[in-house]
Amino acid sequence: MDRVPEPAEPVGSRPMSTAIAGADRPIFAQGLQRRFGEVAAVDGLDLAVGRGEIYGFLGPNGAGKSTTIRMLCTLLGPSGGTATVAGYDIVSAPEQVRLRIGVALQDVALDPKQTGEQLLRLQGRLYGLSRRDIDHRVTELGKLVDLGDALGRRIDTYSGGMRRRLDLAAALVHNPEVLFLDEPTTGLDPVSRLRVWEEVRRLNRELEMTIFLTTQYLEEADELAHRVGIIDAGRLVAEGSPEELKRRVGNDVIVARIEGDTTTAQAALQSLAGVQTVEVRGDELIVTTADGAAAISPVAVALNDGSVRVRDLTLRTTSLDDVYLEVTGTRFRTGDDGGEDSAESDAETKKRETVEAKR
Amino acid sequence: MTLLDPIRATEASQIRARPAGFGHDLRAIAGRALSAVPNDLAAVVPPVLISFFFFIVNVATLERITESRIAGFDYTAFQMATAILLGVTGVSRAPSLVLDIQNGYFDRLLLTPVRRTAILLGHLAADVAVAIVLTVPIIVLGFVLGVRFEAGPLGVVVFMVLAAFWSLSFAGFGYAVALKTGNPAAVNNMFLLFFPFLFMTSSYVPRSQLTGWLNTVAAWNPVTYLLEGLRSLALRGWQWDELGQAAVAIALVGTLSTSMCFAALRGRIRRG
Repeated sequence: MDRVPEPAEPVGSRPMSTAIAGADRPIFAQGLQRRFGEVAAVDGLDLAVGRGEIYGFLGPNGAGKSTTIRMLCTLLGPSGGTATVAGYDIVSAPEQVRLRIGVALQDVALDPKQTGEQLLRLQGRLYGLSRRDIDHRVTELGKLVDLGDALGRRIDTYSGGMRRRLDLAAALVHNPEVLFLDEPTTGLDPVSRLRVWEEVRRLNRELEMTIFLTTQYLEEADELAHRVGIIDAGRLVAEGSPEELKRRVGNDVIVARIEGDTTTAQAALQSLAGVQTVEVRGDELIVTTADGAAAISPVAVALNDGSVRVRDLTLRTTSLDDVYLEVTGTRFRTGDDGGEDSAESDAETKKRETVEAKR
Repeated sequence: MTLLDPIRATEASQIRARPAGFGHDLRAIAGRALSAVPNDLAAVVPPVLISFFFFIVNVATLERITESRIAGFDYTAFQMATAILLGVTGVSRAPSLVLDIQNGYFDRLLLTPVRRTAILLGHLAADVAVAIVLTVPIIVLGFVLGVRFEAGPLGVVVFMVLAAFWSLSFAGFGYAVALKTGNPAAVNNMFLLFFPFLFMTSSYVPRSQLTGWLNTVAAWNPVTYLLEGLRSLALRGWQWDELGQAAVAIALVGTLSTSMCFAALRGRIRRG
């Protein structure tokens, strides 16, 4: 693969034809597709991520998030469709794309026999930085990711969190225009997770870096992303700001876990004033309403008057899990901790009131 | 993590990646591969020790019988070429490339603007350097055992260079297997592939002493011509035809192995 001649002007300037496409949309994809045999891992994906935006790409394991990111990062060729990153086509100008992106993949990509500093210095050389720039960045990134003296130690002595942070630093050595983070907090403890969030926000705020973030944590997408795309079975099924997406479902959600005939209870709740929708999911009734505080009492009374036993009644704001359920028809599940989801904890953080009702 | 002050953040924002050029990329990759060698001596020292062992044992076993049958024959000089090939063949950074694939670092290299060919050629360049170093103790042992080069000091240099380029041409198979399988055991077993080539040739006695099927196989074996080219430098001085045949043998094997190697690289990139 030939590299284009070294430009006389800074890397930031680029041919007009591609600059127009990429100026306001550092990530742009149309009908992007990747098949593995008969299986379509990514199936006709359309994406447009704006400059300086944090875009959260949300989906469970196997939804196609990593395949998408590997295509956008030029590690994997698409089977169909087109995409540009930082204004350059990922197929016809992959070298130009690689000059402008930083990537932290799902599994940290480090050489355990090097020291942290050796790794960052080599990374700087591979991106064509001068010795002075490398010195500057190594010092800066060492502080940034809180590795301090550990930078002089071999990477195989690092903890998982330290490796993850070094991996992020390696992705930032050349100060990329677009940063791809593939599940950057998977496997991290809560404190390290918050640090990564803080750093992602800072990079976006201070350097106006466009960040494409895949995650299987609803809370993470909710906290970090300006816009969220939900991918399911290789297709983008919903997109918008977390608030927009939640508004689709309703402002508040009342969840009633009951014993008894759910169909009868559903019919009883649907007739209540202020109730928008009532869905049955297993032994749960999911009630959406514009004003949860006003609706919860009538809901409790209606259930109490019916032929069901209420095990618990919860009022909370709408979460992305509700959005996910709305657009895919299934509850969100992650690969962490035996496959249990984080949506439950996400919902719990937003819980405003829980009413234990026993008949 | 520490928030940066605005001035430093501004400085950082001025730093941008730029294409560094193929030579720079190749040196960077080769430099990393070479700097890993001191931490990985277990991969390079045993072949030299094996080479020492066979060199000494073969000379002790066969010197008298061969020199008594062939007038003026210097079996120690004859054996040194075999010892060199045992010492440098299969020594490569391919196993470390497998580790790079397994721990994801290979993906990180692929994500940089470095040309993919430079990633491979950088490793191969490091292998040449390592192979040249590995020939030194074997040649020194040869001198200790009384070997002298008819081609003189320059002949010694050419001897080392031929051995190193043979090492390189064979190393390509290791990289092909590394990139194809990502399996360290498969890469380490590549050396076994060399045994038939080394033994079905004139590794122990001159080709004139081979008979029957072995003589026929040896005639088709590129290692035969490599050995004869190397030996000519020690035994007969500058024999251009034999040196040329050795170079062609290296080129043929090298072309095959590097073709396989780059095909495996393309395949791995295609698979993602």
